[in-house]
Amino acid sequence: MRPATVLTCAIGLAGLVWLGEARSEYADVVLNRNSEAAGVRPVIYPHWFHRIRFRCKVCHHELGFIMRAGANRITMGDIYQGKFCGMCHDNEIAWGLENCGLCHSGRAGLKSGIQGGHKTLGPGRW
Amino acid sequence: MALLLVATLALGTCASKPPVTPEIAGPANPVRDAGKIRSADGREWRRLAADGLHDPQNDMLQFLQQPAEALGALPKGGPDGNQVDWAAALRTGAIEPRTNILPGTEIRVLDLDIVFTETAGQPYVVFPHRQHTEWLDCANCHPAIFIARRGANDFGMLDVLNGDYCGQCHGAVSFPLTECRRCHSRDK
Repeated sequence: MRPATVLTCAIGLAGLVWLGEARSEYADVVLNRNSEAAGVRPVIYPHWFHRIRFRCKVCHHELGFIMRAGANRITMGDIYQGKFCGMCHDNEIAWGLENCGLCHSGRAGLKSGIQGGHKTLGPGRW
Repeated sequence: MALLLVATLALGTCASKPPVTPEIAGPANPVRDAGKIRSADGREWRRLAADGLHDPQNDMLQFLQQPAEALGALPKGGPDGNQVDWAAALRTGAIEPRTNILPGTEIRVLDLDIVFTETAGQPYVVFPHRQHTEWLDCANCHPAIFIARRGANDFGMLDVLNGDYCGQCHGAVSFPLTECRRCHSRDK
């Protein structure tokens, strides 16, 4: 077998291993500032699911979510009062707050932040 | 020895003709990897239970929509990101996301292209306000990210790669920075 073929195969195998890694969907956000400390699973917020149904401006303009992961100090108290997620998750527009596990759906120990292979961590990644 | 055997088999497979992938119809059919779901056009998305974030022990997981169920029906985008061309999804009516929740919100859409010509060796960047304001309000970008005056924003690709300016969204939630020609779209 020619060296070039071996090299190609090695790269291909490495690629397959890489693809085999667990990888969440692009722009999923983990919220775990308070969740686990309060005894519930971290929240997984999927951008893809929401942007099919709402334009960015609904949450990031009308509802006031700052467009930077970690910048919004969200509490269940605020949500119960109709702020943040509570603006829609009211059993009218979207499912209500009694369905804890639909949002608090993450594994234990997840770090807060935007997930799913985002590429703006800096030039070191390129 | 076993490792050597596996490696040999793998190399042998690799060196032969690529296997023909059977045509899988519909997004609901699981294929080789049970952790993924494949759409009719060959795109694959991880199941929520296998994505490394969701807890497979969560009883409520079964009620959540799988990415492949929703995204598999939308116009195909680049291989990174969500694999969806979201601008095309909106333009073609494949999705009809709400513009507002509050009844009094003014919906502002601006049809104005800005051409960035200082792009070193790359093609010019054409920034279309229309596609952006279909999704966002003016106040999302102006004035916090961009000063609303032509020539007033001095930034480069390094800033974008660092997550500033365009990089605040592109590379995190909007189409990724690997799709160069979608922004650098006008030849010099």
